[in-house]
Amino acid sequence: MTISALVCVSLLLMGIGGVGMVIRRNILIMMMCLELMLTAANIMIVTAGAVHGVLGTQVLVFFVMMVAAAEVAVGLALLVLVYRLRNTISTKELTWLKG
Amino acid sequence: MDTVVFLCLTLMMTSSAWAVILARNPIYSVLNMVVCFFAVGGLYLLLGAPFLAMVHLIVYAGAIMVLFLFVILMMNLNDVPPSGWSKWTPLLSLGLGGTMTAVVAWVGTQGQHVLIQRPVSTQTLGLELFQHYAGPFELSAILFLGAVVGVVVLTRLGSKGGQP
Repeated sequence: MTISALVCVSLLLMGIGGVGMVIRRNILIMMMCLELMLTAANIMIVTAGAVHGVLGTQVLVFFVMMVAAAEVAVGLALLVLVYRLRNTISTKELTWLKG
Repeated sequence: MDTVVFLCLTLMMTSSAWAVILARNPIYSVLNMVVCFFAVGGLYLLLGAPFLAMVHLIVYAGAIMVLFLFVILMMNLNDVPPSGWSKWTPLLSLGLGGTMTAVVAWVGTQGQHVLIQRPVSTQTLGLELFQHYAGPFELSAILFLGAVVGVVVLTRLGSKGGQP
């Protein structure tokens, strides 16, 4: 297990999340891709901490997880609200902000 | 041994991540996401962060994914047309994940090895958290309070008025 392999895994996971963000139209799946990208960032931070032996990185990952949990709760509440109003969660049809 | 476990986890992670974005049914996306998070937890264990692995499993696989499942069950998403392509999703995601794992294995042959000294114990981490990062910890409590109040207000807004 080398440093470059770990960085590579993190980058690939980030890339998969980005690809999903672009190709999917379902906001729910897009939020899952967001989680995937946050996880990739966490893997990178933990790797850096393991390489340099810094303890603060794990605390940082802890905080990132907290913020991700709060963000998902608010995001899903907004999503449910949008679904109630418009009966769809596809970004293709949610275009009423364009006027 | 280390490398073999790492590559197995990588295969699990990348192929389930591909399955998340390729699956037609959102329920399958969520289940694949759980598999992916288990693999990430295993990676944290390998990297000497057992507490983070447990927190990751509890928060992500336990809480966030259940939240996603609830939302999917609340919305009636059964009107998605089934396509013939979806039965190729497992094969396609396994293939793409396998390719990525091969790339990782090739990249991993060069470079410096990560030396894990000792798994960081929960006690050490807790001391670090509450000695040096107590301020941000309290701030995150305020963040959560704001999130809870915001979510409650949002759901009340939706149920009372209907069309704002």
